[in-house]
Amino acid sequence: MSGYIPHTPPDIRAMLQEVGLRDPEALFGDIPEEVRRRYRPLGLPPRDEDWVRRHLTELSEKSTGRKLIPFLGGGIYDHFVPAVVDYVLSQPELYTAYTPYQAEVSQGTLTWMFEYQTMVCELTGMEVANASMYDGATALAEAVLMAHRTTGGKQVLVPQYLNPRVREVLATYAWGAGLELVDLPFDEEGRLVLSEVPEGTCALIVQQPNFFGIIEDLSGLKERLGEAFLIVYVNPIALGVLEPPGSFGADVVVGEGQVLGNPPSFGGPLLGIFATREKHLRRMPGRISGQTVDAEGKIGYVMALQTREQHIRRERATSNICTNSALCALAATVYLAALGPEGLKRVVLLSLARAHRLAEEISALPGFDLALTGPFFNEFPVRCPDPGGAVKKLREAGIAVLPPEEVEKAGLAGAFLVAVTERRSEEELSRFVSALKGGTS
Amino acid sequence: MKSGTIYDLGAPGRRGVSLPPLSEPEQEILSYIPEGVRRREPPWLPEVSQPELVRHYLRLARMNYGVDTGFYPLGSCTMKYNPKVNEELARLPGFSGLHPLLSEEEVQGALEVLWELSECLKGIAGMPGITLQPAAGAHGELTGMLLFKRYFQERGELERRVKILLPDSAHGTNPASAAMVGFEVVSIPSNDRGTVDVAALEAALGEDVAGIMLTVPNTLGIFEEEILEITELVHRAGGLCYFDGANLNAYLGRARPGDMGADVFHFNLHKTFSTPHGGGGPGAGPGTVSEPLVPYLPVPQVVKEGDKFRLDYDRPKSIGRVHPHFGNFLVLVRALAYILTLGDEGLREVSLGAVLAANYLKERLKKTYRLPYDRLCKHEFVLSGDSFGEVRTLDIAKRLIDYGFHPPTIYFPLIVKEALMIEPTETEPKEILDAFAVAMEEIAREARESPELLKEAPHTAPVRRLDEARAARKPLLRLPRP
Ligand SMILES: Cc1ncc(COP(=O)(O)O)c(C=O)c1O
Repeated sequence: MSGYIPHTPPDIRAMLQEVGLRDPEALFGDIPEEVRRRYRPLGLPPRDEDWVRRHLTELSEKSTGRKLIPFLGGGIYDHFVPAVVDYVLSQPELYTAYTPYQAEVSQGTLTWMFEYQTMVCELTGMEVANASMYDGATALAEAVLMAHRTTGGKQVLVPQYLNPRVREVLATYAWGAGLELVDLPFDEEGRLVLSEVPEGTCALIVQQPNFFGIIEDLSGLKERLGEAFLIVYVNPIALGVLEPPGSFGADVVVGEGQVLGNPPSFGGPLLGIFATREKHLRRMPGRISGQTVDAEGKIGYVMALQTREQHIRRERATSNICTNSALCALAATVYLAALGPEGLKRVVLLSLARAHRLAEEISALPGFDLALTGPFFNEFPVRCPDPGGAVKKLREAGIAVLPPEEVEKAGLAGAFLVAVTERRSEEELSRFVSALKGGTS
Repeated sequence: MKSGTIYDLGAPGRRGVSLPPLSEPEQEILSYIPEGVRRREPPWLPEVSQPELVRHYLRLARMNYGVDTGFYPLGSCTMKYNPKVNEELARLPGFSGLHPLLSEEEVQGALEVLWELSECLKGIAGMPGITLQPAAGAHGELTGMLLFKRYFQERGELERRVKILLPDSAHGTNPASAAMVGFEVVSIPSNDRGTVDVAALEAALGEDVAGIMLTVPNTLGIFEEEILEITELVHRAGGLCYFDGANLNAYLGRARPGDMGADVFHFNLHKTFSTPHGGGGPGAGPGTVSEPLVPYLPVPQVVKEGDKFRLDYDRPKSIGRVHPHFGNFLVLVRALAYILTLGDEGLREVSLGAVLAANYLKERLKKTYRLPYDRLCKHEFVLSGDSFGEVRTLDIAKRLIDYGFHPPTIYFPLIVKEALMIEPTETEPKEILDAFAVAMEEIAREARESPELLKEAPHTAPVRRLDEARAARKPLLRLPRP
């Protein structure tokens, strides 16, 4: 007995009687007998809670990678998450509720959604934001679909330096929608090279900072695009110190919000950030909370502009999204509220400082150099004669970085990628450098 | 006027958490960022101490209604109890702290979770292939439509197979998902028993049809008794059958979509498998597929070799990725814990409890509310609130709040006027079902005797009835800067 189902045999008898049946199996009499007969059990006995807890705890301990020091990024980062975040996420009325269809009993959810939308607008410099998408990758794909629907264009300009995982998801969606991805190269700084904007372009994607950690210059891009969308895929934590894409005329800003108060989680759940211009509002996918008043004139919140959504507009909806990533958006909200503007800046500056210290020390080693020369945020590619060997040495020292095979997918060969967050200590930085030294001597 | 948000609180200079000090002067660090891209003005974020922050979010929590608060019969959403051990397990550092880009050898435990869950779900669906990547039901639908597209592309039939058939009772995500892949949606009417009109289906089938999207049981809570004929007809016409598995709670452990002719079936782990709804998400929408579609599944696939687990990317016909990593892993962990706890016996108890509770409530409530399809239901049923004159379903729903219940789903499915879609789930004791029935009976009486009581409801919620029209007319979607 799981403890989750309360019906006792007398309960079952009483309920069956009301239904006018004697045999509970008769409740399933409308399923073709042939189908029921073919059912095969899984061969799983019921287990007690302690057994399940032990089993899954054992599995969680089996992944040796959990003990490595993560100088590993590539889109998912090991930032500090304050305890208060999970405390709020664990409040039963917040996590056991669903989409706030009934506003009067969902003011908690609708209020924090409104806070979240405000914070996302502030970070990105945009006018409106939705209450989340599944992850940064699908947020980007939906932004591209929105650009296509708005402009009619079918070509999407995609820098080679876009996070390869994100690009793969985008490619799947683009194939589904009949759009074409056009590759754009990067220069030795690691920055985008845009020589021309072909006829039929619906969007240009820029990643800020890009997959290699390089900080892009967004100025002048929107002017060259005309009607076509400038879509900026951001690391939102970087916007603590980077000028927001809104200032550069971006049409849509999307990004992976995991960094804002969510653990790496083996890659999911994640948080898709999505913000745009007021003029594109009615084409924006996803849930939105809006402020209104109740019958007594008191301020309250409701789901706004639902006529864009699938449950009303069906095949003409802006997107099929229904369930989103709400709880991860709540984590981001609490995280940003706990940090405040100064705390956010501190986290970013610490990451920046430590990343640059490590980069300097690595480039001082004989044979090691940064693979790209552009200004970088908290991640950078390292080139050396034997990058595979270097990665191996680091692993032996208990350190994980992104190996050359993964970096090469974004068009940069012979380099490994190093990410540094504020969590990486002095000792960990020293360990990194000595491990490489051991590798070259 | 105060907005009720966290921005009402705090004071400049307050912060809610301690952080390490900077080791170099701020200006020095900032110089790493070229001037033109350096942020000129800080984002406007709250400045609050931790106690202020905690009290604010606890206040918000108290204004919310969750499954842990009380009965939440939101039809189609399966708001069952969320077991607490699953929450604890999802927070194990070996799961939540694990980076997805570590190498295969370093994440064997996580891959084993994926593999074990895959085996369970394939068994439950009776289908040979699976992807765990979809992040929600609608994402699973989209993945399914992409699989359809690839299948017909491989067969050289993509040009002509442009239509997806959909019963008129389908959930809105179904047509929206089909449209995202460029399919044209054709609606198939339901008959007077609430199921697919097979003659109409037959007439719609042809060489231009890619397939059908079915929800089994359908959104009226009625099992398609002619399911085998339906899938057979579609297959004979060269089409594929998509099954929306949002309603799996109705036959868990008793029947398998694979035995009904499904080619793609998506699970909603946040419904059937007890993972929390999170105020709107995250969920997970894994999809199982029939043999002919296995080659097209997203990469990577988790395979077991001896006692090791490996990621297989060598699948040239794959549609590619639909998720940057492995799907909503922490949701998958919870679902696995749930399945292991229940075992075969428990899975059957779930569907028995869900269907029994729904039929019991239906029999009680049909005495006071119109029941458009008066027959055996599965895990949910749909009433109509159209017999109370000026009082509408919306008013009934709002009045339920005063009685301490979360309202059912309303105005869906679209084929029932003034629909009230009620799904009790298996985790509610009979006493609660009885109390809900009594409240619904009371409300029906009030609707006749004092309709204004309903029109003005709710009376006891943190706010009175909210003006949704105003939010659409003059959208205020963020707090303006002071
Ligand atoms: C019948 C049905 N299909 C599909 C969906 C979509 O699932 P999700 O919200 O997980 O995307 C829902 C969820 O509300 C549903 O009830």
